[in-house]
Amino acid sequence: MFDALQAFLSGFLFDWLAIVITLVLQAVSVVLPIMLVVAWLTYAERKVIGFMQVRMGPNRVGPLGLLQPIADALKLMTKEVIFPAQSNKYLFIIAPVLALAPAVAAWAVIPFSEGMLVSDINAGVLYVLAVSSIIVYGTIIAGWASNSKYAFLGALRGSAQKISYEIAMGFALVTVLMIAGSMNLTEIVNGQKGGFFHWYLLPLLPMFFVYFISGLAETNRTPFDVIEGEAEIVAGFHVDYSGMTFGVFMLAEYAMMILISFMTSIMFLGGWLSPFEGIPFLEPMFAWVPQLGWLAFKVSFLLFVFLWLRATFPRYRYDQLMRLGWKVLIPLTIVWVFVVGAMQYFSFGPWFN
Amino acid sequence: MGKFIKHQIKTWGLTELFKGLSVTGKYFFKRKITVRYPEEKTPISPRFRGHHALRRYENGEERCIACKLCEAVCPANAITIESEERDDGTRRTTQYDIDMFKCIYCGFCEEACPVDAVVETRVFEYEFHERGPHIRTKEDLLAFGDKHEEQIAADRAVDAKYR
Repeated sequence: MFDALQAFLSGFLFDWLAIVITLVLQAVSVVLPIMLVVAWLTYAERKVIGFMQVRMGPNRVGPLGLLQPIADALKLMTKEVIFPAQSNKYLFIIAPVLALAPAVAAWAVIPFSEGMLVSDINAGVLYVLAVSSIIVYGTIIAGWASNSKYAFLGALRGSAQKISYEIAMGFALVTVLMIAGSMNLTEIVNGQKGGFFHWYLLPLLPMFFVYFISGLAETNRTPFDVIEGEAEIVAGFHVDYSGMTFGVFMLAEYAMMILISFMTSIMFLGGWLSPFEGIPFLEPMFAWVPQLGWLAFKVSFLLFVFLWLRATFPRYRYDQLMRLGWKVLIPLTIVWVFVVGAMQYFSFGPWFN
Repeated sequence: MGKFIKHQIKTWGLTELFKGLSVTGKYFFKRKITVRYPEEKTPISPRFRGHHALRRYENGEERCIACKLCEAVCPANAITIESEERDDGTRRTTQYDIDMFKCIYCGFCEEACPVDAVVETRVFEYEFHERGPHIRTKEDLLAFGDKHEEQIAADRAVDAKYR
């Protein structure tokens, strides 16, 4: 679609202008829906947590409180941005941008359905890992520039935590790459064709949990949100941020949550594939569901689990968190790399042939 | 050995975590107990102690006889009373002020009153935006009593057998 648009535009514009316009349109068509989903994800979060605490959640703004995100956004945009005295103004402004930019940039390679993606690069997994790990700079710089000990403590915790869990996350993805034999996200999904039992979920079940848990830690969600632990360090790295600078941090956090959910569905849950492929009656029954529909369903379930976990578990103590990361998750992933190697050697199940 | 295996299954199967999740999962579908306040209200006891009112007899004569028992018993000194002898020889108040900022809604004035003149009603939805109106004068209180007399009388009747 965008190729046709580019060809059409270059008919009467400079070539470079046509390319720029097409690229901008492409970026907007990915980022805008994500920002909207982020807005209503905050609403869903408050609603889900409210329901689990036998409350209603937001229900004042609009029917069922559905316009709450708009009210929140308006409030954040009209609030004054306060610069703490002695803070480093430039870094203070750059930090939220550094947090949001990678969270958005990572979407460039995420396939929403067969062929529906911005750029189909062969090192897709590597790209997502690399870009999403830049987010930690946003945290560190925010904590440093605020010139506050709480923010600095939060930033220190955040950087150590994210770097530790990135290792477990990377190793969990290594097992996926071993089975799929490709770093291209589209090919990874296509490797899972053939219904639920061909998904990588079953042979990699422990890795699925490891990846999701590391994802929780990567996005600083409960039970791993020591970086903003309000009981000890108030709000952690963004304690001094107000108004839209704070809002941008929130956007980044939720965009990352959605990204992790997308990655989990693509890596382990067969992406846009139907779970009923190859089953006599169910397959034609659900044939009407579009590929994007299946992916959206899986992603929203995983996002619900994110919120569910937040409503359920208390925060990890910092040393426990590090213990879990280094002494449990990383050894487990390394062991499973060998298990997958063995399974591959013996052509185990429908996954390795 | 069996204990060890059990422990390992419990640890690696994340059983405790799933137990916790099932609890919150169950509560997700429970009936919500929130009262959406302006549209929904909880029932109020007839003994509720809200805004004050001064009552009248059925013939329109005000009940208060300026005995000043309420003024004396008020722990917050919220009540100010001045009295005079009326033309018909009865003692009546010329001033009966309740300072709503001082009042602690203990209900002692109502208990002390020998003629059931000052009462606390079940009205609690009122507010003051400036100083001045928060001192409720005799006229305010009598008018308030006239307005809510039906409810006040009904509440007293329900509570009468326990007094």
